[in-house]
Amino acid sequence: MIAEALFFSAVLFVIGVVGVLTRRNAIIIFMCVELMLNAVNLSFVALARLHGITGQAFVVFVMTVAAAEAAVGLAIIISVFRHYQTVDLENVNLLKG
Amino acid sequence: MTLAPALVPLALQAVETAHPLAATPAHWIWLVLVLPLVGAAVNGVLGVITDWRPGPFDPDPVHTGEFPIPSATLVERAERATPMVMTVIEGHRPRAKPGPGDHGDHHEEGDDAGSHAPPARHPFLGLVSIVGTGVVAAAFAVAVAAFLAMLRTPSEAPYVLTFWDWVKAGPLHIPLALRLDQLSIVMTLVITGVGTLIHLFSIGYMRDDGSYARYFAYLNLFVFFMLLLVLGANYAVMFVGWEGVGLCSFLLIGFWFTEKANADAGKKAFIVNRIGDFGFLVAMFLMFWNFRSLDFTPVMQGAAALPVGSALATTIALFLFLGCTGKSAQIPLYVWLPDAMAGPTPVSALIHAATMVTAGVYLVARSGAIFAAAPAASLTVVLVGALTATFAATIGLKQWDIKKVLAYSTVSQLGYMFVGVGAGAYAAGIFHLVTHAFFKALLFLGAGAVIHSMHHAFHATGRDDDAQDMRNMGGLRRYMPVTFATMWAATLAIAGIIPFAGFFSKDEILGATFAQAHGSVLANASWLGIPGSVVLYAAYVMLLVSAFMTAVYMTRMMLYTFHGPNRTGEGERHHLHEAPLLMTLPLIVLAVLSTVGGWLNVPPLLGALGPVERLGHWLEPVVGAPARALAAGAAEPTLGAEATLVGVAVLVALGGIAYAVARLKPASLVPKAVAPPEQPGIERLLANKYYVDEAYDAAIVQPVVQGSRKVLYRGLDVGIIDRIFVTFFGFEFPRLLSWAGSRLQSGRVGNYAWALLIGVVLLLGAFTLR
Repeated sequence: MIAEALFFSAVLFVIGVVGVLTRRNAIIIFMCVELMLNAVNLSFVALARLHGITGQAFVVFVMTVAAAEAAVGLAIIISVFRHYQTVDLENVNLLKG
Repeated sequence: MTLAPALVPLALQAVETAHPLAATPAHWIWLVLVLPLVGAAVNGVLGVITDWRPGPFDPDPVHTGEFPIPSATLVERAERATPMVMTVIEGHRPRAKPGPGDHGDHHEEGDDAGSHAPPARHPFLGLVSIVGTGVVAAAFAVAVAAFLAMLRTPSEAPYVLTFWDWVKAGPLHIPLALRLDQLSIVMTLVITGVGTLIHLFSIGYMRDDGSYARYFAYLNLFVFFMLLLVLGANYAVMFVGWEGVGLCSFLLIGFWFTEKANADAGKKAFIVNRIGDFGFLVAMFLMFWNFRSLDFTPVMQGAAALPVGSALATTIALFLFLGCTGKSAQIPLYVWLPDAMAGPTPVSALIHAATMVTAGVYLVARSGAIFAAAPAASLTVVLVGALTATFAATIGLKQWDIKKVLAYSTVSQLGYMFVGVGAGAYAAGIFHLVTHAFFKALLFLGAGAVIHSMHHAFHATGRDDDAQDMRNMGGLRRYMPVTFATMWAATLAIAGIIPFAGFFSKDEILGATFAQAHGSVLANASWLGIPGSVVLYAAYVMLLVSAFMTAVYMTRMMLYTFHGPNRTGEGERHHLHEAPLLMTLPLIVLAVLSTVGGWLNVPPLLGALGPVERLGHWLEPVVGAPARALAAGAAEPTLGAEATLVGVAVLVALGGIAYAVARLKPASLVPKAVAPPEQPGIERLLANKYYVDEAYDAAIVQPVVQGSRKVLYRGLDVGIIDRIFVTFFGFEFPRLLSWAGSRLQSGRVGNYAWALLIGVVLLLGAFTLR
């Protein structure tokens, strides 16, 4: 049971990583980040069966932080869109050296 | 070294062992040092208050042409600064700074007022004169009191006053201590006595100078350091004085520093002396390393215990003598002294004739035990002294500048003294030092009076001509009778005519050299394979030759300056005048001393004149042992032989005077402006001083300058430091790095994410595979 859960968690995480690395749309990248967070949540919950309640408690914290992060992240994406009229991150390179 | 404790009468804390002199006025000998120092401090403060300050555009951009500042700017700045600067711009030497009350006059009278208006006096003229001269006179009084105490309480042992520890580091222990003995009191009396007269003369000579207080501050400081030099009880304290007089010499040679030539002369003196000081330092290191002390007494004991001719004694003695060649202007380091004539003439009299340049002679006499243990070094001293005496005398034959004649004469007479102390006749060397201080100070002060008068004559008519060139003088005896008479006394003294002072001292050196040349330790030693007797006989002959030339060039100087028709010029002639009493009084006193100074040390041959060899007996406790060590084996000359030697010396001197009178025709001289150049050949060679300055310039100065410029500056500094360290490592390499770094900053989030992933994978991989 744990093995399947961890495998599924790993698959979710890799999908998230690949999404962040390959996609250019800020919304999709943002969703992929959420996917990675949830992959971690899944492995926390799965391992909580072995190591006690701490893992489940962590998941609550992660979801809380993720909610806050989603609010801030989406706000940033909205202001980026307002400024550039696009959310394609290829065009957003103000930090170029 | 802190001097503050010396200013309060804490010197009572001096620790003295029960010495017979402790309860006498000799105990107050430290006052001799403190008084001139106080004078220097007071005059220094007055000088700082009143002296004009060089602006940011000095030294004198108009003359050097280094900084092309528009003259309009200069004038504008000058008006904001002191009126002094105006005279600089007009091309005149800034001799006088108008006092604060005179500013208005200066501007109202227009441009030419700056150079010909009567110079204003220094605001503190009276105070500076009284303090400057008074402290030296008081020091002389203290020295006389100490001397009288020493006469009343004879003591073989030196009276050493220890004040406090100066250096205490491991085995090195240097106390600040003064040593009063028969040699140092003679030097102290000469320095303070002749010094007082020269200070007195300076009041008249420097009265119109704007930097009057600065002048006396330097002069007082010089007297302090000179007394420290002769009174120090160890080589380290002596070295402080030695360096101090070098500093004051530098400051006073370059006293009129707005003219580049004067400032250069000061630098030259300082740098040449550095070479000599290196020798002194090495000698001190060797002494400390081998004798574990720098105090005179243990060093002399250690040196006396060395075997005669030991390598150590020879090395120390030769390094000490290197110091002497610098300070006392001997071959090969004599070149600075003639240039030192750029300073005010009383300075030349005090520092570059009577006192500082004789410090080397004092050093050799003081270190007698070391030189006695090293006959080869003593022979070196004799040889260098004799060569210098002859060499400088030949140059003196063809100089036109009255001060240059005297400068080469000084170098020559210093050579005499070194032959004396080198031949082991320490008392004779010191005797000549004393008499030379009298007559050479007199000659320089007399020359100063002449220059003063000439300068005023040229100044009165506004003519710009050389006030020191003898071709512009002539016939001055009608205008300056006192100077004329006193300078003839000094001339006869330096030429060695009986009964003037120089006769006795010169004759004693000649006699001692001749006597030592047969049978003595010195004669039996060898100098680079040459027997000592040969060296001594050669030195004797060279001294006779230079005695002849001394008589010739001194007579020449007197003839051209005071005899024959006047060549100063029609308009200037009636401005020539005798110096004021303040200046002639020192001349008269020195003339008396130059005449009767020989009685200090009457040779046995002339025993009828008074007590025989008083100075020699007086100095016996200090220099007797080394003198006997070097003379051991030499036969005491018979009275007949001595009479012959004296006769030869006097005949040579008379011959020189007669030759000069017969050959030189002052009437046929023409003023400098229309004088033809020297005949090619020996005349031009002598007039150009054997081109030694040019040779040194080509052999040493130019290689150093060019090497510094081409190798060190262009090669090392610009080529390596600038190009590799500054330009490459400081500029180009960081720019490359920053370029590479900024390429990494693409600004794309994806790239950063990739970098993050790769980093994580690498780190995880590293941890896993570990």
